[in-house]
Amino acid sequence: MSFRIISLRPARFDELGLRRALADRMVPFLVAAMAFLAALAVAGWMGAAVLTRNWEGGAGSTLTVQVPRPGEQDAAGSGTRLSAVQSLLLAAPGVATARALSDAELNTLLRPWLGADMKDLAVPVPAVIAVHMNGELADLPRLAAKLAESVPGTILEDHAAWAGRLGTLARSLQLCSGLVLLIVTLVTAAVISVATRSGLAARREAVLIVYQLGATDGYIAQRFASRAAALALAGGAIGGVFALPVVFTLTALAAPLAGVQVPMMTAKAAYSFLPLPFWLLPVILPVAAALIGYLTTQVTMRRWLRQLP
Amino acid sequence: MVRFESVSLSYRGSGARSASLDVLLDVNFDLADGSFRWLLGPSGSGKTTLLRLMNMSLRPTGGEVIVLGAPSGSVRRSVMPRLRRQIGVIFQDFRLLPHLSAFDNVALPLRLGGRPEGQVRADVMEMLRWMGLTAKLVSMPEDLSGGERQRVAIARAVISRPRLLLADEPTAGLDTIQSERVIHLLRELHRLGSTVIIATHNEAQVDRHPGPALVLSQGTLVESS
Repeated sequence: MSFRIISLRPARFDELGLRRALADRMVPFLVAAMAFLAALAVAGWMGAAVLTRNWEGGAGSTLTVQVPRPGEQDAAGSGTRLSAVQSLLLAAPGVATARALSDAELNTLLRPWLGADMKDLAVPVPAVIAVHMNGELADLPRLAAKLAESVPGTILEDHAAWAGRLGTLARSLQLCSGLVLLIVTLVTAAVISVATRSGLAARREAVLIVYQLGATDGYIAQRFASRAAALALAGGAIGGVFALPVVFTLTALAAPLAGVQVPMMTAKAAYSFLPLPFWLLPVILPVAAALIGYLTTQVTMRRWLRQLP
Repeated sequence: MVRFESVSLSYRGSGARSASLDVLLDVNFDLADGSFRWLLGPSGSGKTTLLRLMNMSLRPTGGEVIVLGAPSGSVRRSVMPRLRRQIGVIFQDFRLLPHLSAFDNVALPLRLGGRPEGQVRADVMEMLRWMGLTAKLVSMPEDLSGGERQRVAIARAVISRPRLLLADEPTAGLDTIQSERVIHLLRELHRLGSTVIIATHNEAQVDRHPGPALVLSQGTLVESS
């Protein structure tokens, strides 16, 4: 007698014939598609979070002050109107810096609108002071009134309003990403559930025989769940790997909006630019898909088995 | 061991006006541990249904079935798998798993019971040798003849030495020699302490192996000896 021909119970003993009933084509393909969408949603979530932080912490904490006729004497006669405004600003609570833009910087800002060098313009151009706040609560209306009173014609522009609107937009994008992620999770669970029911229909007789021979609900459900988890794991890995370059490209395109410049899409630049969760996606997605597959199949199978006598 | 108390089973018709079909009516008997019974009766008399009730794959619509001390109406679901592992069933239609070899089909009850693999191999080899199926170890059910499939099904039912063995026409389709071997095997299990119930049409077989019988007619137990 040859030992070779006797099938000792192998580690992957498949008494329910699930390798055929839960085929390795459709489920991984569908889960891969879902994982791809999930990766996009997660990237959208992370991107929107970065934009929110940047806009609210950057533009939201800056002011612009325009000073007409900056070189003229101020009312007190102690200096120029520009230096008077700068002094008032630096003395105000909440102001970290107040820097007057150079002529070159003003030229750069105005050239798209006026199309000429500032020196060639007939109209006088006000000085512009870029003010950075230090996070303390500042009474901006009072500050604006004080500036206008001390140096008439001075205009204070607060960026917080539109930065706030951009922040709201970014948070809405985050919410949408979260909803997409939730929907993708539910659809994945539905796909797995349908596949499990299909596999159950194909192996109903085998399940009933094994059940009749004394298999517990947990044993049968575990067989199905392990198979579904393995297929979902494969699908999640495929989807995650395919999503990586797409998400990277989209993130690089969106980077300037967050004030980050990515001059070249090299691996080194990507490594330093993209956050850690992005790089963990190819690991997190398969594990999450496998978990969804495992739990969904357990629930589906146990509910069905409970109907048996 | 097995007690039927005023057991009845009926199937409801699908329509609102359709009448229900009574398969078993007020069946009462009590089998002691280690007993043997032939289960006799014409086709449609309820023999297979009676066996399914004993196997707990059916619940009665009236009365109570008590198997191995577990009442059908109140037994906890968590207890059922262990209970079923003590009941061997030889199905009329074999019910082999088509994707498993003869060896794996026979080994299944032992593996479900958590028997160590080395012991499984020895026991299954011995059983298949006794059944004359040594040459068919790795054959799939579709490659076996009807008689060979039946022997594999019998081997699977008795491999774990069940406390209760239910056989539904176990020798149908077998030649005389194989039939005698099967009946001897079942009687041997009975001698070793199992309760054995064999449903059959074969009166000549009963004559050759006389024993107490339950006789059913149109769902009613007409004789119990």
